[in-house]
Amino acid sequence: MSTTGSQPGLVREAVEVLTFQAGYNTNAVLAGSAMLGLAAGVVGVLALLRRRSLVADAIGHATLPGVVAAFLVAVALGGTGRSLPVLLLGAAINGMAAVGCIFAILRYTRLREDAAIGIVLGVFFGVGVVMLSYVQDPANTGGASPAGLHHFIYGQTAAMRAGDAMFMAVLAVVAVAVVLTLFKELALGAFNADFARVLGYHVGVLDAIVLGLIVLVTVAGLQAVGLILVVALLVIPPVTARLWTDRLVPLVFIAGVVGLCTGFVGAAVSAVLPRTPAGSVIVLCGGAVFVLSLLVAPRHGAIATAGRRIAQRLRIAGDHFLEAAYEHRVSRRGETAIPQRTVDAMQRLWGWPVWMRPLVLGGLQRRGLMRRTEAGFELTEPGIASGARIARNHRLWEQYLLRYADIAPGHVDWSTDMVEHVLSPELVAELEAALADGGSENT
Amino acid sequence: MTTGVVHPGHLPESLAGLPEHSPDSPLSIHAMTVAYQRKPVLWDVDYDAPARSLVAIVGPNGAGKSTLIKAALGLVPRATGLVEFWGEPFKRVRDRVAYVPQRESVDWTFPVSALDVVCMGRYRRVGWCRPVGRAHRDAAMACLERVGLVDLARRQISQLSGGQQQRVFLARALAQEADLYIMDEPFAGVDAATERAIVELLAELRDAGKTALVVHHDLQTVPQYFDQALLLNMRVVAAGAIDEVFTQHNLQKTYGGKLTLLSEAAEAIARSDLRVR
Repeated sequence: MSTTGSQPGLVREAVEVLTFQAGYNTNAVLAGSAMLGLAAGVVGVLALLRRRSLVADAIGHATLPGVVAAFLVAVALGGTGRSLPVLLLGAAINGMAAVGCIFAILRYTRLREDAAIGIVLGVFFGVGVVMLSYVQDPANTGGASPAGLHHFIYGQTAAMRAGDAMFMAVLAVVAVAVVLTLFKELALGAFNADFARVLGYHVGVLDAIVLGLIVLVTVAGLQAVGLILVVALLVIPPVTARLWTDRLVPLVFIAGVVGLCTGFVGAAVSAVLPRTPAGSVIVLCGGAVFVLSLLVAPRHGAIATAGRRIAQRLRIAGDHFLEAAYEHRVSRRGETAIPQRTVDAMQRLWGWPVWMRPLVLGGLQRRGLMRRTEAGFELTEPGIASGARIARNHRLWEQYLLRYADIAPGHVDWSTDMVEHVLSPELVAELEAALADGGSENT
Repeated sequence: MTTGVVHPGHLPESLAGLPEHSPDSPLSIHAMTVAYQRKPVLWDVDYDAPARSLVAIVGPNGAGKSTLIKAALGLVPRATGLVEFWGEPFKRVRDRVAYVPQRESVDWTFPVSALDVVCMGRYRRVGWCRPVGRAHRDAAMACLERVGLVDLARRQISQLSGGQQQRVFLARALAQEADLYIMDEPFAGVDAATERAIVELLAELRDAGKTALVVHHDLQTVPQYFDQALLLNMRVVAAGAIDEVFTQHNLQKTYGGKLTLLSEAAEAIARSDLRVR
């Protein structure tokens, strides 16, 4: 909780940061993080489609020993060990070594991919932690300070300099450029590798490019996001985008935008609250966008899905009601009235919850299939036609099952009750034809 | 048709005595053996597909039908043997060969439309790093039209029925504009409309002088849809014109008798440390 004194200061600072007025250094970090988020989102689409997301996690963890080793090598060669490109080169080499280990394990042992990833991830990270504690002792590094190396674990934008951010942005731009150039080929390799091989593409090379891109983004994001959470940057934007679209190009676009926004906001928050690691804020932002999308996305969202289910349930209940009302009418020789107590009996028979009855009956009235009378309800002309059609479909399917599927008469009810609602006019025609042939389908 | 082994290294006159190894055959397989995890699944396959014919590849489950075409296309490694297309290695004639993989071999929730999938058949013509241009899209559309799916071109592939998905794959093969069409179980689990569409398409291909090799599982329709058959059960049982090879005797040999010796030998090789390749 902030005191009332610091609250306005914090808000002013946040506004300054978000509107690029917080100075050159902060602006560079913000732009770099946004660019990184964009690249991770775009590369993440390929990682997701090629099912390489978990490999990305292993790569992230495996970078730690690489960073420390690069530091030690730089110090041994007389440097300060503070050069970011050198540290990231070490991270990249080790990330690729981790990929090599995973594939070697898959190739030469019977282990499956999840186990192989678990082993590589754990061992590399463990080695990294040991090495990190080793370099904390100045005696081991000849006096060079390893300060800042531990920031690679959780990520820290507050300590980043403009030059570091530029470097990150350049790596991100390279990754995006490669994806956009080779998108057609990489997507084909992910969708149908065998077909790509027949066309003459070297699928191994396409796979290596995808993995190389994952390494590139991971390494670029190390300083800002940290090696533990960088995988989330690759996973969350594409799965969020997947909820919104079924097409590849929009998928890449949306994933890129989600990544860009979360990267920007995460870096901004981390700049305002220096004790908050940027990685966690970025992941929390991404997670929030994902959960929101899970709820409200059209078609694939939870609300839309529930709405569709309810609509379908109501439609089926309405069909049942029409069918029963029609048969009631037939058995009463043209009597169209449906008294209230018959409706009560139907509700009990089908076990409708209380809320369903007004919705079902209201829906039928809105569609002009039924109208209200003093004593209850009655079917309109279109309602009678609909009821007749549903009843007929029911009979047709029942006959079909009895004749061709050898299902005992007592057992056809459930499936006919379901099927009559999904029969298309074409299927009904086929059923009629099959039944008219009198059993030729069996021979 | 013999099932004898012809090694490519043999003297020319020994080859001349075997008319089935003709240089204009779209696909000739010489003494090919294929093993999965050191277990042989195809032994010494020797086969020449006649040009301008529709060939059904039939055999029981596990007979190696899919393996045969995958090994021929280089999708699974061959232990031994030589495969040639029109007398040349596959690399040199890729553009003349179209491939329809099994429908189950891909993830149909992949976020692409039917048209996007068909366009993949044009990628070699489009070239690296370039978007699919207007002309190629129109060509892909024409292929969708030939399989009766023009109205569903923009639909995401998971929203197509199984038969429609199969027709998308066929359209993609058509988009390759090849001379040899290799299809892995195109009739598996499709509706009547799709079955009719495939049969019409095969007839069109034959009339256009193309060749099709089709893995097929429904023995009843083989004589109706195809003019050649390759009966397979870990080795070639018989191959040739339908009226000659589609006999009770051959079918019995393909499906009936248990291949105790071959399968046991394969198991023994798998258990041993003998390297097949």
